[in-house]
Amino acid sequence: MSGVTIVVGGGLVGLATAYGLACRGQKVRLLDQGDTALRAARGNFGLVWVQGKGYGMPAYARLTLRSAAMWPRFANDLLAETGIDVHLRQPGGFSLFLNHEDMAEEAGQLRWIREALEGKYRFEELGPEELRRRLPGVGAEVVGACYSPDDGHINPLLLLRALTSAVQRRGVNLETGCEVQKIENTGSGYRLTGNGRTWEGDRVVLAAGLGNQSLARQVGISLGLSPNRGQILITERLPHFLDYPTNYVRQTGEGTVQLGYSNESTGLNDGVSASVMSDIARRAVACFPRLANVQLVRAWGALRVLTPDGFPIYQESPSFPGVFALTCHSGVTLAAIHAYEVAPWIAGGPPPDELQVFSDQRFKNPDYKVTSNGH
Amino acid sequence: MATSPLFRSLDARTSEVLIEFDGKQISVADDTNLAAALLEAGVDVTRKTAISGASRTAYCMMGVCFECLVEIDGVSRQACQVRTHAGLKVSTHSPAATKGDIHD
Amino acid sequence: MTDHVPVIVLGAGPAGIAAAMRLHAEGVKVLVLDEQATPGGQIYREVSLASPKRKELLGRDYAAGSVAVASFIKSGIDYVPNASVWLVTAEREVHFRIAGETRVISADRILFCSGAYERPMPVPGWTLPGVMTAGAGQILLKTGARVPNGAVVLAGTGPLLYLLAVQYLNAGVKIKALVDTSARSDLMAAARYLPAALPAWKQLFKGISLMAQIRRAGIDWYQGATDIQIEGKVKAQAISFTHKGAQCRVDCDLVLLHQGVVPNTHPTLSIGAEHQWDEGQVCWVTKQDQWGALSVPGFFIAGDGAGVNGAEAAALQGRLAGLGIAISLEKLTTKAAESEAQTIRRSWEKIRCIRPMLERLYRPIQSLQLPADDTIICRCEEVTAGAVRQYAALGCLGPNQAKAFGRCGMGPCQGRQCGLSVTQILADARHVSPSEVGYYRIRPPLKPITLAELVNEK
Repeated sequence: MSGVTIVVGGGLVGLATAYGLACRGQKVRLLDQGDTALRAARGNFGLVWVQGKGYGMPAYARLTLRSAAMWPRFANDLLAETGIDVHLRQPGGFSLFLNHEDMAEEAGQLRWIREALEGKYRFEELGPEELRRRLPGVGAEVVGACYSPDDGHINPLLLLRALTSAVQRRGVNLETGCEVQKIENTGSGYRLTGNGRTWEGDRVVLAAGLGNQSLARQVGISLGLSPNRGQILITERLPHFLDYPTNYVRQTGEGTVQLGYSNESTGLNDGVSASVMSDIARRAVACFPRLANVQLVRAWGALRVLTPDGFPIYQESPSFPGVFALTCHSGVTLAAIHAYEVAPWIAGGPPPDELQVFSDQRFKNPDYKVTSNGH
Repeated sequence: MATSPLFRSLDARTSEVLIEFDGKQISVADDTNLAAALLEAGVDVTRKTAISGASRTAYCMMGVCFECLVEIDGVSRQACQVRTHAGLKVSTHSPAATKGDIHD
Repeated sequence: MTDHVPVIVLGAGPAGIAAAMRLHAEGVKVLVLDEQATPGGQIYREVSLASPKRKELLGRDYAAGSVAVASFIKSGIDYVPNASVWLVTAEREVHFRIAGETRVISADRILFCSGAYERPMPVPGWTLPGVMTAGAGQILLKTGARVPNGAVVLAGTGPLLYLLAVQYLNAGVKIKALVDTSARSDLMAAARYLPAALPAWKQLFKGISLMAQIRRAGIDWYQGATDIQIEGKVKAQAISFTHKGAQCRVDCDLVLLHQGVVPNTHPTLSIGAEHQWDEGQVCWVTKQDQWGALSVPGFFIAGDGAGVNGAEAAALQGRLAGLGIAISLEKLTTKAAESEAQTIRRSWEKIRCIRPMLERLYRPIQSLQLPADDTIICRCEEVTAGAVRQYAALGCLGPNQAKAFGRCGMGPCQGRQCGLSVTQILADARHVSPSEVGYYRIRPPLKPITLAELVNEK
């Protein structure tokens, strides 16, 4: 019994969970890969996003709302801990639409969620005039928007630095360049091995993104993960013009503008394509015509970690008690929940509300229908 | 602003044109490298950095360093990749100070 | 312009021109794209526009370029100047920007002849106006015969620096000082490569003659200089350094820096070609076979972009790549090409034999490879060497994580100015080889394009 919890994966899920565990006095060893690892975190838009999440699974909507509400506390704790301000802003966010069908579909989903949450769900459907009043500079092609007052954003680079600093200050042992390949029960704990290295711990948290698939399988958890590529464009720095995060465009604290949003099944290819880049640019310019003559500085692809229904899986292994798999594609939004509810549960405390809904067992139920792509 | 220019040309100018830098008219050779023309005209600062507001100007003259960024008709361009012509309007490149920069 | 050609050559410098001409002679249709307005690359920049007086000023080697450039212009080979390539795909599409419009052309074979650029030389004060590269000085000389107007100091080491000094002398420019970082110890260490370099005696002689001209001119020549700093508040006003144990300071208006040139690896990295760290050249080079073929099928490389060997070698490599591409397109058999290839390779070996000596003689000094903490190494984002060392302490293993920590490498130049420094600083901090640390992941656009240009791509 070493008293050590090993967290596999140094991305947003692993870091937030390790931080939460360390705050609970747990001894944590965090294993991260090398410089060229896939890192789903590279694809994050910095959004702390509530809108639209949980269509088909009300528990996920509630989980997301809770996490967004806990984020100010998380940001303050990180600031107090490290002196780094992650620039959390929660002014609400806009999903912009360039055609009525898309808006109708989204609005329909939002209404479904509101009803499933018995009205405890805030959003507005905005027509073009009202939208232009609230978001000056939005283009004429935008037919309307859905606004959620609970949406927000942070600075992803600062969040990474704050979390890395916080875990180290809390005594987490951060090991880099690790490749975990095998997990075994030693009888008195668990042994992880990979590339000639060995680690031992009483508890193991699998937070390795796409890498969770093979590791979870070894402990009887089936995640059914598939990579989903999103391409992101980033522009040169611009004078500040956009306070609110939107679905397609977000201006960072540095003044650069991040543009998205795309979905492709390309296996493990995290490259970019001119056609998708062009689509993203076209939508961005339609949303904010002022972006037409702005220089594109970089485009990259990142792989989202998608479960079969797109909703998180939080599962303790039935055959390897003390081994947990944490998988989601909203590492930023759920970071607060990971630190304040999931980590305590892993440390032996009570499970977060409705945790059983996020079990991998749901996919074994023949009646379970996947109603959305879980975004 | 314009002190003694850093460079001068050994060639006699065959044709000159008037361009503007930050609203001030300057006379430069026609159809020549803009970054070179600005250096010759005594314009030593063509950009302010986003982080500290430091003064910068052309460094490599071959499109690699991006220090020669200027603003032309609202578009960021590398001056060393632009040719001069009559009526060209150039401004100092300085993205407005942003809030929430990671260096704050 | 068609949507597809058999071969695209990227770069109209000596390598690109030689390759295009060789393919053209074999009846292969080639399209040459180049960023500049006239062919010649950086080494023969604007040679087709240069007057006899200009050629005399710049020297025989420069003037020699006009022959190849003139033949190329006359050849009728499809050539697009002012083309800025922003994306090359592994499937061999070339996306480029020209006159505010973006176009795509695909090819069966693509030849990178993207040349080299200056090795970064981070010293305190190097970002001040009034500080440029020696290459920039030379480009200004070639484009409009521009010379320093005030007191100029040349600092660093490498053949280009001494060539520029002599070109300035020819132009009647008074050089205030030559602050030379190569020392007697470098000369001694390089001497053991001298026997191997003797077949390139012509180049050796040229180099010696340059040095002699500099000496004859009586320029203040400080050899073995270290601790270079450039002083000034808003622009360069002086350069200070240590020489023979003494602190020196030279007032000046302009400092031109040089620490050799390194291959432009961004295009080849962007398609995922394999590279390796070259300890002798202290930089990354693309892995290539005897014809210049890369690890990604259909791609070739030639010229200084493949490894810095100079213009003459670049032209030879260009011809060899032309042969290799023709063979791969089955326009030529290996057998038919063999004797020509062997002749080219023999000439190339003869030129190449001087490199180990030059590489040792002009090896960048340690303090410039590993600058002091407070020296800016990422010019775009103003990140210091010390900050990068801090990221290493936080667990950052390589340049890509360094970006996430401090925006180092995220600016407009996308790591061209800081890449080598970051790799070396991290390697030193981690006590591993640069090879293990790796380099930035290079992504499009290779050169900026506006969103409107991207949307309107034809």
